[in-house]
Amino acid sequence: MTMTDTSDTVRAEEDPAKPVSGLRRVIAMLWADKLAFVAALFLLVIVLCAVFGPMFLQDMAAKTNLRARNAPPFELERGFFFILGGDALGRPLLARIIVAAQNTMMVAAGAVVASMIIGSALGLIAGYTGRWVGEAIMRLADVIMSFPSLLLAVIVLYMLSPSIANLVLVLAITRIPIYLRTTRAEVLEVRQRMFVQAAIVMGASNFRIVFKHILPVILPTLLTIATLDFAFVMLAESSLSFLGIGIQPPEITWGLMVSQGRQYLTSAWWLAFWPGLAIILTTMSLNLLSSWMRIALNPTQRWRLEIGAKKNG
Amino acid sequence: MKTMLGKRAVSSLISLFVLIVMVFFLSRLTGDPAALYLPVDASEEMRQNFREIHGLNDPVIVQFGRYIGDLVQLDFGESLRKARPAIDVVLEAFVWTLWLALITMALVSVAAIVVGSIAAFNVGRPFDRVASVLSLIGASAPDFWIAIVGIVVFSVSYGLLPTSGTGTVWHWILPIAVLFIRPFGLILQIVRGSMINALGSPYVKTARAKGVKNRPVIFVHTLRNAMLPVITVIGDQAAALLNGAVVVETIFGFPGVGKLMIDSILQRDFNVILAAIMVTAIAIFLMNILIDIAYALLDPRIRT
Repeated sequence: MTMTDTSDTVRAEEDPAKPVSGLRRVIAMLWADKLAFVAALFLLVIVLCAVFGPMFLQDMAAKTNLRARNAPPFELERGFFFILGGDALGRPLLARIIVAAQNTMMVAAGAVVASMIIGSALGLIAGYTGRWVGEAIMRLADVIMSFPSLLLAVIVLYMLSPSIANLVLVLAITRIPIYLRTTRAEVLEVRQRMFVQAAIVMGASNFRIVFKHILPVILPTLLTIATLDFAFVMLAESSLSFLGIGIQPPEITWGLMVSQGRQYLTSAWWLAFWPGLAIILTTMSLNLLSSWMRIALNPTQRWRLEIGAKKNG
Repeated sequence: MKTMLGKRAVSSLISLFVLIVMVFFLSRLTGDPAALYLPVDASEEMRQNFREIHGLNDPVIVQFGRYIGDLVQLDFGESLRKARPAIDVVLEAFVWTLWLALITMALVSVAAIVVGSIAAFNVGRPFDRVASVLSLIGASAPDFWIAIVGIVVFSVSYGLLPTSGTGTVWHWILPIAVLFIRPFGLILQIVRGSMINALGSPYVKTARAKGVKNRPVIFVHTLRNAMLPVITVIGDQAAALLNGAVVVETIFGFPGVGKLMIDSILQRDFNVILAAIMVTAIAIFLMNILIDIAYALLDPRIRT
């Protein structure tokens, strides 16, 4: 803690006119870990693609052009968006990958956010309230954990009809136990600490203790797990879409694009290759960012990045 | 240890029961098997007859009661598609998956422990860097994509390896290689971290200060202590291997339990789905117990 404080004052002295803003500090800490910096930059690009891509490129990604059927990559004569080649119906692959980013990100984000909120809420309840409710919640998590998550998703999705909503629902349910168990374990520990005991003695309400004293302490852990889990959920969604029970055409995701390219493997490898590469790069960035967050969000470890930032900057 | 095992068994049984109830009722919602197994021009009488034979005419709750009743006598029902006991069909497929998983996990464990340990001894050196990057890529890559790229490179371009089936040793190479990659990346990271921790621990320093030779320090003091978290992760990954098996078996046409599950869901072969779920869940339960025993063997503190 003291390390952080001193480095803050040092920086404030360097630039006395304005205090160090939160954003600048985060960027400086990212800069200290070059890999994490690149990863964050890449993810930013993907998020921008997901948000704005379909708005501008939807038409281009859906327009078939039989003359550009399975057009090979690295040729610019058909325009920039054919640089990665064209698919079986002559649609530019780059545009399709950008448009598909939206569904891929939306499903993963939806599942992660839903499972994180539900899981940590249940975890807070299980850790903070009486033994009986806690036990019941934990047994529920055991049921979900007792079976491989993707297998469970496959079975349930085959029985429900595959749609984006069902996909998010199934993925969220399979991921809830992760947050539930972490939150509960952390709550049980944090609850014993002095500041929580002090708040209880001072007569703070349960609501206040949970949200003002306990949640802020465990939030960094949850966010780190969520980043890592985002990668896992993305891979799961791709696998399901690949198996044909995730997103259905004409909607597209990266996993579905790989699956559609599979039948042209012998003649046009690039159909399945590029979307797969997009998946790998995104999950890899998330993994890198998650290990950076593990350090950056931990007050006793953070100095490693801040010292590094100063040395480099 | 014994009470823990008993508790585990009870909670696993409850989990399994909830799972079976859920899948039983959900699967009846997917549609009528008669529509799938009889020809399109089958008369209503024939359909009625088919449903009667397979007990599909009763209310679902009655069907469920009958199923559970048979189950306690270890009768898993008949497979609609194969007209054989469902459990036989499942066990046949399960043996294939079991071999696939066993070989893969054995290779993964050995490779990850060796490479991870060497990386931990050379922290920051080129070997460590390369191993870290490889493990990161391995942990991030979607298995179906690796499978496809593998097929393109080894089967289509060079014609070295067959793409589906189980006939020869060559048929096993690609599926195992694809399944190998992700757990290898994850376990390697754990081994490395755990070894670095153990190498910096007081007992290793003491051993070195006492003049213990390098080899016993590595194998007795460091490795044995560093293995505890590794074993947990190996167990988790072995269970997670079944996730990958669904995808890999589908792509490579491998007759394992993952492919069987998908096929039988598509063909509304309810008894086979349920039997497959039970066999898989029991296998995972047994494996978790093995992990606990291994844990107890390595850590005397748990042996009470």
